[in-house]
Amino acid sequence: MLQQLSSDQEFFRETTDKFLSDQTPVEVLRRLRDNPAGYDAEFWRRGAELGWTSLLVSEEHGGGNISGNGIADLTIVAHEFGSHAAPGPLIATNIVAATLSETGSHSEVLAGLLDGSVVATWCIAESRRPLLDPELEIRPDGDGFVLNGTKRAVEAAAQADHLLVTGRADGELTQVLVPADAAGITVTAMRSVDLTRRFGAVSFDDVRVPRDAVVGEAGAARPQVDQQLHLALAMVNAESVGAMQKTFDMTVEWGFDRYSFGRPLVSYQALKHRFADMKSWLEAGHAITDEAAEALGTGDDRAPMLLSAGKAFIGDYGGELIQDCVQLHGGLGVTFEHDVHLYLRRQTVNRALYGTPSEHRQRLADLGQQRDEAAREVQA
Amino acid sequence: MSETVEDVDTFRQRAREWIRANLRGADGPGQTLRGKDEQEDLAEVAREREVQRMLFDAGFAGICVPKEYAGQGLTPAHQRAFNDELVGYEYPARLQVPPMTPCMAVLLEFGTEEQKQRHVPAILKGEEIWMQLLSEPSGGSDVASALTSAVREGDEWLLNGSKIWTSGAWWADWGLVLARTNWDVPKHRGLSVFILPLNAPGVTVHRIEMLNGNREFCQEFLSDVRVPDTDRIGDIDDGWSVGVRWLFHERMQHNSPYVTRPTGATREGEKGSILKVVRDAGRIDDPIARELAGEALELGLVTEALNHRVARGIMTGTMSDQAAAVGRLLMCVSLSRQSTIAFEIAGAAGGAWTDDDGEAAERGTDFLMRQTPSIGGGTTEMARNVIAERVLGMPREQALDRNVPFRDVPRGTTRK
Repeated sequence: MLQQLSSDQEFFRETTDKFLSDQTPVEVLRRLRDNPAGYDAEFWRRGAELGWTSLLVSEEHGGGNISGNGIADLTIVAHEFGSHAAPGPLIATNIVAATLSETGSHSEVLAGLLDGSVVATWCIAESRRPLLDPELEIRPDGDGFVLNGTKRAVEAAAQADHLLVTGRADGELTQVLVPADAAGITVTAMRSVDLTRRFGAVSFDDVRVPRDAVVGEAGAARPQVDQQLHLALAMVNAESVGAMQKTFDMTVEWGFDRYSFGRPLVSYQALKHRFADMKSWLEAGHAITDEAAEALGTGDDRAPMLLSAGKAFIGDYGGELIQDCVQLHGGLGVTFEHDVHLYLRRQTVNRALYGTPSEHRQRLADLGQQRDEAAREVQA
Repeated sequence: MSETVEDVDTFRQRAREWIRANLRGADGPGQTLRGKDEQEDLAEVAREREVQRMLFDAGFAGICVPKEYAGQGLTPAHQRAFNDELVGYEYPARLQVPPMTPCMAVLLEFGTEEQKQRHVPAILKGEEIWMQLLSEPSGGSDVASALTSAVREGDEWLLNGSKIWTSGAWWADWGLVLARTNWDVPKHRGLSVFILPLNAPGVTVHRIEMLNGNREFCQEFLSDVRVPDTDRIGDIDDGWSVGVRWLFHERMQHNSPYVTRPTGATREGEKGSILKVVRDAGRIDDPIARELAGEALELGLVTEALNHRVARGIMTGTMSDQAAAVGRLLMCVSLSRQSTIAFEIAGAAGGAWTDDDGEAAERGTDFLMRQTPSIGGGTTEMARNVIAERVLGMPREQALDRNVPFRDVPRGTTRK
């Protein structure tokens, strides 16, 4: 999490922390396993009142941030979501809200996202397709478009009122906002390891939308889509670091309290060294997340590489950290009764979505090559 | 009259113009670890002294050193801006670590006014290059177990013993020495710090050949070396107070405000982009090589971000000085992995190569030297102990040398 919070940011963090501790303690999370939506609509509306969905929205559209860098502010919420394994479509709604604000479209939907009465989600990923290279067809037809294709995994697909769909119109990236109850849309629930986040496969079968469903400009959505991915990465990275921090703190405490052979676990050098490694991964996770959020919020062109580096690192090393915490808890660590799995679940799903560590390492090579080529052009 | 500090952007602009007009381009990869002949080495040292003098004359030496010691009295942000602008240009690489930090940093912190006036400006002008005479053949990471002795004789001290792993002692000018002045107290309470010219009578410098042919590291033998008491740093027998900060400044090397080095120079192992290795290995379209390169880039960016975080944390007091070990641990482990990655990408050229292999050449040599960063400046095992014990507050390892006169502490011998 951000190293130095302003007093306003700290107040904001505390408010979210208290609200989540109060509303979704671990026993509630366990119960939500059997809730079809995974969260309570009133919980979400009250969270929106705290500002969870307004940080990426401009003031002219009814939003506002705290520090001038709304992305950095939002990572504070995401971090708390991770450290509480909190329910609710935080990432999905914020991505859609940011794009609607940026493009100045669908203001009534945006207003609903801001007050928490409306939920929207981003349909980007497709089965067996590379990151950000969808095939879903958005075919111009008369005074509108016809959508055909399938998206998965879509977060909160069955809970969303609106879907921001990324596809191709005449081969070029295009985005449309579609009501989730439009004719031809079928949502199939998917299974996931997260207790409270729901995912669905959404199929579009000759779904007709009017021309004004387009968000931004048809055929010119590449910059928006890139930005949406960047926002998603900033949030999932912060959330996973929150989960890492919580698990690490819990395990350090356990290490001091648990005795074996008459000694606390933390007196064994073999274990101390593992805690030291974990501490370095944890601080590194904070560092890369914060540096990337700062860069993204200030338009620094290093942001894409920092975000991908964070996604790859936190995916791999965050997973190692939490699994090692499971190991240090022994058999308890793999029971439903112990809390450590709540955070393991969150980090595990985050690792897999919005590009795996492997995909982001390849993306880093692409971005690094572009950077080197640009530098050579400047020199030449 | 209060002085106004030049704002960072103006400073950056001025630095950029000066660097472009005065410095040569960096002469490419592989300048740090390969074996070279002596004349080449000495010519490079001479050029680096010259560049340091140019920096000094232009007002860019000692950016964060107070003005009364001939520095610029500016902030770490100015130094970072200068380092950013230095990317792609030559710089006095050998004059940074250990000369600027920990050596000059220790002088600034513990030196007398006279010592600082005499040496700091000379260091900033490139006239004095300082090295640290710290480790000993018997001690390894346990630097406080120094056996080099200093015995008082009137206004002088007589130094005897041996120091090791001193980089560049054969061409450097001055050394900072940790020596034992009292054997009847526990090990940390009987040390003192001295400074001495490396050409002083009684100092013999032996160059150590590393397995890659590099002969920069030295061992020094001190035999009845006379040091005036005015060249003592800190109080008698209180050398460990200096030593603790000395080691701190050493661990902070990548965040030190005294270090002038192109941003990112350590990020990819000072050997240019890993993607050049991929290209020169003929694997630019190979997804496996690309993914490995991406991992090297990932670790570089993460390590750099962590170093920024730790430096900021220590500066603002949200982290203890000991947190420097957190940055150091990840950096060492990452450098090791990056070395393995480059070797892996080089393919067969990792085992046998010619100059035609470009950046893919010499990766086998680098791989053999892979553990160097994890050993030098305190091993990663030490860093892990520091993190567990000093940062996380876990119980200390059992030690048999506490509260015992150092004379009675069991010691192993140096096995050849």
